[in-house]
Amino acid sequence: MNADLAVIGAGPAGLCAAIEAARRGVKVLVIDENDRPGGQLFLQTHKFFGSRHHMAGVRGFHIGNDLLEEAKHEGIEILLNTTVWGVFPDNRVAFTREDDKQGSVIAKNILIATGALEKGIFFKGWTKPGVMGAGAAQKMMHVHRVLPGGKVLVVGSGNVGLIVSYQLAQAGAVVSGVIEALPEVSGYQVHAGKIRRMSIPIMTSHTIVEALGNGQVEGAVLARAGADFRIVEGTEFEVSCDLIILAVGLRPFDELLRALGVEMAYISGLGGFVPLHDENLETSKRGVYVAGDITGIEEANTAMDEGRLAGVAVAEKLGRLDLSKAEELKSDIRRRLANLRIGSYGRQRAEGKQEVLAALRERKGA
Amino acid sequence: MRIAHHPILGDAEKRERITISVDGKKIDAYEGESIAAAMLAAGLKVHRRTAKHKEPRGVFCNIGRCTDCIMKVDGQPNVRTCVTKARDGMMVESLDGLGTWEVVR
Repeated sequence: MNADLAVIGAGPAGLCAAIEAARRGVKVLVIDENDRPGGQLFLQTHKFFGSRHHMAGVRGFHIGNDLLEEAKHEGIEILLNTTVWGVFPDNRVAFTREDDKQGSVIAKNILIATGALEKGIFFKGWTKPGVMGAGAAQKMMHVHRVLPGGKVLVVGSGNVGLIVSYQLAQAGAVVSGVIEALPEVSGYQVHAGKIRRMSIPIMTSHTIVEALGNGQVEGAVLARAGADFRIVEGTEFEVSCDLIILAVGLRPFDELLRALGVEMAYISGLGGFVPLHDENLETSKRGVYVAGDITGIEEANTAMDEGRLAGVAVAEKLGRLDLSKAEELKSDIRRRLANLRIGSYGRQRAEGKQEVLAALRERKGA
Repeated sequence: MRIAHHPILGDAEKRERITISVDGKKIDAYEGESIAAAMLAAGLKVHRRTAKHKEPRGVFCNIGRCTDCIMKVDGQPNVRTCVTKARDGMMVESLDGLGTWEVVR
């Protein structure tokens, strides 16, 4: 099997890259370990923000369906239930299919768009059944249509914690409250407002001490958190719940990048270790591109635009787009991305991205 | 608990109902869903006990990464139940420790 571009991960970034490249005649193969493409878009029932270009006002799962339609229209082949476990120096992408069948493809270019993993925080009893990640709960509710708990405590008031609280209540659970170690709500006020209107309290400067329960979660001990995020002794109190949701951030799902030996750097504004890349999203390994959350934790709309940018760059490199047309398309996308990285939430990410570009230039120069 | 009607997603699509057995108890499942989802719908949250301290574990990441939800499925130990689909008649058992070999004689 051969391809001009192998895309690993059929989420928003991977699908958009595949669509842009295939539209210019690039032979694309998309590989995903799940049984359906679309990534986390199918967990997202809320409406997106941003501009018309960024599908503002459209719900995530509708965007997912639209992307799948487009991919189908372009005749893109998507291998599902297929886990990539290695990429070799001759650009051979090796994978395991269902029933442990092995396969591989040699690709002129590879885009790694594997997204992110949820982080945890550690407290007594955090391993008990009934403590789960926010994404885990979303998948139970929105894919499997199963309610993961009846009475819920949510840890973390970032956008994920706020949105999952709303979604849990929408699906029929009682959300007892959201706790946040910082002195203020971390996510957008518009999301916080939605759950406050549902009478869900958000307790800032609070942390979890322990998950209680014999065999599975039956309650939790909470306490005030000081400025150093440590528990303020003597302030502990007990609440009852059968589900504790951890919404404490994400990190790039970078195992394949590490296996490939792509140059990485720790950039806190982007969520941890991220691959260095140039303005076309090409990494320190020629022909290996990245897009989406793996380049730093952002949102689906930035992931889609990064995917489009990488897709255009690959089409240009393969001579499927002339230089001026490619530059025009790329500068449009870069302008849209810059527009998504403004304000108090975006500035950190914009600065992180500049650090990534500068670090690669420096290492190439050295 | 199943979410029969969702205010945004609408009614769940019709799927074929199947039966699996978990530690000898028969539970309802739907074709295409994970073992873990079927168990959660039946109120079963404890999937195994750890080798050293015999602590309970259940679903944590739900994407096949953390391996907390592994169980014995049709005799095969250490199967990730969050990414393994339920099939009619499947025999699922709680895992105690690291799993054992099938003894043939």
